[in-house]
Amino acid sequence: MKVLMTEYLRIDLDAEQWECRVCDHVIGSAGKSYKEGMLVHNRDPREIHPPIIDPEKYRFTFSPDPEWVRILEYYCPHCGTQVETEYAVPGHPPLHDMEPDLPALRAQWARREEVKEAVVGPAVTADKGHGH
Amino acid sequence: MSEMNTPVAAKLPSPEEVALIKKFLNDTTLFLGPDPEIMQNHDLMPRSEVEDECMRKVGDAHTIAKIRDRIQAGCDEGYEMVEQMGAAPGAKWGDVITGVYSASGDLAIASAGGVLIFSALVHHPIKFIIKNWVNDPTVGVNEGDGFIHNDSRYGNVHNTDQSMILPIFHKGKLVCWVASTVHEGENGAIEPGGMPSMAESPCDEGLKMCPFKVVENYQIKRDILTFLQNSVREPKLQYEDMKVKLFACLRIKQRIEETLNTDGPEALISTLRTTMENVRAEVKRRVSEWPDMTVRTYIIQDSTLRENCVVKINCKLTKTGDRLIFDFRGSSPEFTNRATNTIVAGLKGMLAQVFLCYVWPDLPRGQAAFAPIEVITDPHSIVNCSYDAPNSQSLMSIFTGFTAGQHAVAKFLYSCPEKYTKVHAPTFNMINTFIWGGVSQHGETLGNLCADLNGMGAGATVDRDGEHALAPIFATMADIGEQELNEEEVPFLQLVSKKMTRDAIAPGKYRGGQGYTMMVATKDSEQWGFMTVCQGAKFPPLQGLFGGYACGSYPLCKVQGVDVYDVLLNEPHKFKHSIEEIMNERPFEEATYTTHHMGMGFEISKRGELFMISQGAGAGYGDLLERDPAGVIRDIEEGLMSPGVAERLYKVKFDPDTLAVNHEATAAARDAERKARIARGVPYAEFIKGWNKPTPPTHLQYFGCWGDDVAKLYMGSPDKFRDANAPRPNYMPHPKDVRIAELESRLLAMGAMGGEKQ
Ligand SMILES: [Zn+2]
Repeated sequence: MKVLMTEYLRIDLDAEQWECRVCDHVIGSAGKSYKEGMLVHNRDPREIHPPIIDPEKYRFTFSPDPEWVRILEYYCPHCGTQVETEYAVPGHPPLHDMEPDLPALRAQWARREEVKEAVVGPAVTADKGHGH
Repeated sequence: MSEMNTPVAAKLPSPEEVALIKKFLNDTTLFLGPDPEIMQNHDLMPRSEVEDECMRKVGDAHTIAKIRDRIQAGCDEGYEMVEQMGAAPGAKWGDVITGVYSASGDLAIASAGGVLIFSALVHHPIKFIIKNWVNDPTVGVNEGDGFIHNDSRYGNVHNTDQSMILPIFHKGKLVCWVASTVHEGENGAIEPGGMPSMAESPCDEGLKMCPFKVVENYQIKRDILTFLQNSVREPKLQYEDMKVKLFACLRIKQRIEETLNTDGPEALISTLRTTMENVRAEVKRRVSEWPDMTVRTYIIQDSTLRENCVVKINCKLTKTGDRLIFDFRGSSPEFTNRATNTIVAGLKGMLAQVFLCYVWPDLPRGQAAFAPIEVITDPHSIVNCSYDAPNSQSLMSIFTGFTAGQHAVAKFLYSCPEKYTKVHAPTFNMINTFIWGGVSQHGETLGNLCADLNGMGAGATVDRDGEHALAPIFATMADIGEQELNEEEVPFLQLVSKKMTRDAIAPGKYRGGQGYTMMVATKDSEQWGFMTVCQGAKFPPLQGLFGGYACGSYPLCKVQGVDVYDVLLNEPHKFKHSIEEIMNERPFEEATYTTHHMGMGFEISKRGELFMISQGAGAGYGDLLERDPAGVIRDIEEGLMSPGVAERLYKVKFDPDTLAVNHEATAAARDAERKARIARGVPYAEFIKGWNKPTPPTHLQYFGCWGDDVAKLYMGSPDKFRDANAPRPNYMPHPKDVRIAELESRLLAMGAMGGEKQ
């Protein structure tokens, strides 16, 4: 039984492993953070959020301040998919952001059918309303 | 009243003596401050004997559904009345709410539109009234009474929101309460508009109305009204909206009475209680379908609105069985003299919005949906501040707390087979708008804000882009206002409005909805000014979702020493319609061009000077290399993104003239970028060796825990901290004093102090 945990990650409940949903690469133990099996890049936020006004002239430019914040980009080491980003204070330890309780997860999914395509959820549709 | 702690060895008082002591203390209470028993609790009150009996008599689901719909319609009618008749800009554009509360004070049913958080928090003042005024012979609660309230320490978000609260009687017995709340704006604080960022203590925050009686026999008492009018900058607004709220409550009362006459009080009481208990039980059931997991996130506030610094909102969300626990321990200590603190009830109200607006919008809107969810905080923290701390800018902490909640919840929802909405990246969370005040072109003293605060770029979802500047995170069906209408009453124009700010993006497989540019300039008054109250000019106040990026940062730009109205009259070609062009091209020769963080204290403006900001984007969802190239081109065509930025970030190759996509070249560029990621990415274990630091950086003023050690809260530097459970004062120096000291030390180093005696 495999559980789709995020857009790019699933957990194999039997093997207790995180897997990449894009390339099926086994990332690592589901008892640990999936980030431990990822490649990390320390991104200067100005590269993603470009200055709109001239950084030579102005103190604030619409770009985040690279001395205040970095973007940690986590890549699947096999396919290069960007699985997660983390806007971090420089030097702040990365968060163990998803720590599932595996026995509980297994018990919960023992009562369910395996879900192979993520459930998107209901769309907001326009009501017919009333005319004038 | 606290129980006595008696030493074990001493003689224990008898039960009679204990009762006597309690009565003595109750009878001689010097001051009825906010009651922690009320203020720390957000769960439903226990089912009363009357409710129990009514539920036994009336339990038919159809009757209950019918009555609930009638009451809901009554609330919606009251909401419409306030929205149509209210004088406050907030009222006109939907920042209002109405609701019906049980006899014990719980919000059972609220209007479908409006700011849910208000009424989700009015149960506190109602419970204060029940506890203190019902049996007080000098006050009492009688048919025809109405109570007013705005002091957030007794409930609700901030002192700019005023509530009118009416008890509803049937044959002499209290059966329920109705209330109406409006974001009024002006409240006599140190700055106009009701949300002063300059407040350094609660005494700077204007009117502080603990719940008191202002209506008798359905009439507003003129003496008290006059006192309230005399305490604020907009006496007319104060009167008008008190009347509007009273009459909205009376309309709901009329609808309730119709129900009482047709179905009887038992049916009404049973409906209110059954609705709440059913919602509470359903929430427990829905939570139990989530995966058992702990999710961690943090959001950074990059300013106190007075100075830039790094203020952490730390959130650990744990789900076990049918329990859901928000743990905000490790968040910044409260600021003793800054206004960005919130009482914990405000945070809870905003978290309730995560669920009722974004996760379970199908549930009846009331207090019950959040009732079983638990919240843990440190004492005297920025998300659970003390009585003595100012909180007029609590929005900063409840909004960033909301985002932490929204971000964490999304990571639970993805795997759930049962969904009521789509998984959603965080929506922008700051009110990038102008608060204004002064004397209008008609000679009236005003203080309020542009309803553009309601425009926040929405986060992307699992299968579509975020909507632009659609709605605020704190309300449903709110509007961003018609500036042309406002201009009849206020002496400034929005010279540019509702034009998307190009390249202020939140990229992803699905991008965040974007915000628009606002440029304002005063025209017909010599006594008019603006303020802005937002964070995020240095550090984005969001996180992205599943590989998507957050928004960028948003500054305030000023152009002074120019009258753009003269420019528009004489040299109109010089005027530009984007911040980018005006700041980079500097078209007005004599003017000065400056940038600032978004915490501008109230500033008087001169005719024709430009104040320019942009609303923010919601966060992106997913890896941007998976974005459909057609979506990238559409963003270019719609002016959301420049072609160069689009090509560099999204690796889409297209003809610069026709914007026709070269799909093969795009696929190749994207493959190359994935390989480049693998080449530049560093294995985690190796990465953290170089990245992780044991303490916050010395170049930042950092507040809150570092890493997972939530027991130690930093207070501005690596060597200043407090034990999370042991509050300490946390004073910030005046930013001008800081600047003066900087400049003086430079003068001293240059030997240019002129021998000034110390
Ligand atoms: Zn992969």
